Amino acid sequence: MLLKEILRILEGDARQTPKQIAAMSGATADEVTRLIRQAEEDGTIIKYRTLIDWEKVGDEHVWALIEVKVTPQRTVGFDAIAERIYRFDEARTVYLVSGAYELAVLVSARNMREVADFVTQKLAAIEGVAGTTSHFLLKRYKEDGVILAGGAGESRQAVVL
Amino acid sequence: MSPARNTTSVHRISQRTQALQPSGIRKFFDLLSSIDGVISLGVGEPDYATPWRLREVAIKSLEQGKTMYTSNLGTPELRQAIAGYLDKAYGLNYDPATEVLITVGVSEAMDLAMRAVIDPGDEVIMPAPCYVAYPAVVALSGGMPVVVPTTAEHDFEIEPSDIGNKITRNTRAVFIGYPANPTGAVMPRHKLLGIAQLAERYNLLVVSDEIYARLSYGDSHTCFASLPGMREHTLLLGGFSKAYAMTGWRVGYAAGPREIIAAMTKIHQYTTMCAPTMSQVAALEAIKAGEDSVLEMVSDYNRRRLLMVNGLREIGLDCFEPKGAFYAFPCISSTGMTSEEFAEKLLQEERVAVVPGTAFGECGEGYVRCCYATSVPDLEEALIRMKRFVAKCRK
Repeated sequence: MLLKEILRILEGDARQTPKQIAAMSGATADEVTRLIRQAEEDGTIIKYRTLIDWEKVGDEHVWALIEVKVTPQRTVGFDAIAERIYRFDEARTVYLVSGAYELAVLVSARNMREVADFVTQKLAAIEGVAGTTSHFLLKRYKEDGVILAGGAGESRQAVVL
Repeated sequence: MSPARNTTSVHRISQRTQALQPSGIRKFFDLLSSIDGVISLGVGEPDYATPWRLREVAIKSLEQGKTMYTSNLGTPELRQAIAGYLDKAYGLNYDPATEVLITVGVSEAMDLAMRAVIDPGDEVIMPAPCYVAYPAVVALSGGMPVVVPTTAEHDFEIEPSDIGNKITRNTRAVFIGYPANPTGAVMPRHKLLGIAQLAERYNLLVVSDEIYARLSYGDSHTCFASLPGMREHTLLLGGFSKAYAMTGWRVGYAAGPREIIAAMTKIHQYTTMCAPTMSQVAALEAIKAGEDSVLEMVSDYNRRRLLMVNGLREIGLDCFEPKGAFYAFPCISSTGMTSEEFAEKLLQEERVAVVPGTAFGECGEGYVRCCYATSVPDLEEALIRMKRFVAKCRK
């Protein structure tokens, strides 16, 4: 299906132009433009983002994965508690998960102090939050399917018959 | 370049080897290595590393000390898995104990096949342009390669009637390889049926190199052995290099009538012993768990195929639409240059490497092979450079 093919190409590289995508999918550029616009309008394409290795430009932001234990209240379910959390800018990613805790929250802040403040003063104070465990991120190896460090580079022979 | 002849040398090279045509593009390789910043469309392998889960099982097998020879035929597990795959994919039944041989890539399988069935003077009919090893392995076994030219007008398909015209009392086999290197051509079923009729009528063996079977972009691949009555007439050659990005592992297989597999195994046991053990482990994992990786790579190749063919046509080069493998084979004769001149000048002036069509037989003149198993940005840049080059040539 053409739309899915277009989305797969864009997911790999959002900067591909309709003309380039058309060349790779056998469609016309107009058709590609129309389908992309439609996908943007109906929310299939949520946003175009850039994967950045901020460490390369000396960014000192710290990240932490916070496990949040939640006790649903009679009037407040998981969704409502999650909403109270995800409305904070510091909470960059919020998932409901199965297992030993309920919400996995990825938090970013300028330093450890800020993360600690956020967890103790904001997160822990939310009604229904029964406990938190914080894991500071030490190193990013892979992000969204992309390996950030290492990689051996091209080792192919230039001509093979 | 002709082979070095030094009459005073103590090293006498066999006539059989001397007669073998040296690669016509040797000087091209040398030139290539002296230039920086080259985008190479001259490769013949995937740009992916082998999927990690295949590498991982091989590493584990080494840690466990699985470093000894296997059976000459290959591990029973891998033969069983290949037989199972051929059954599932094509409805073909091969006995893994006697009708499947694991080889060091399809290259070894081709060589074994020819040595097993060819007597001096036997003729083997093959399409041209074709993979460089086909005529070589026939000649090395003492046979005579008989070339049937194929053309862009006929989508580089070999015409059964052309094969029929070349059949003599000495014809022993037909050697085909579709999807094809270097053209990317595939064979439609009705033409394969035409070859099947000839094989039946003249009692010919059909050696079918199907290494690119999984890289088919239109209709699904027809396995020659699966045609009615052809299982007994076919030696099917397949492998893992292209579909699973495993070129360096050197593992392939032959499946066919038991007498031929037994004869090939006899040669294989004296010359090779067995395919590398860790490679067989990885190949087994490829069959068991590599399907998702194959599908992902194939859809990625398909995008680049369309990009490449569109791009070449926009430049103004006639380009037949390849339906398989990962090569485009555009016609460059409108530039007024020979294939070799084109490839050499393109490399020198625009730093793009392609392979002259003549490397794959005389009838490749007027064409170059462009492999699109390269990153999209590199393909786009290569096309920009080629466009500039072609425009300059036409002025």
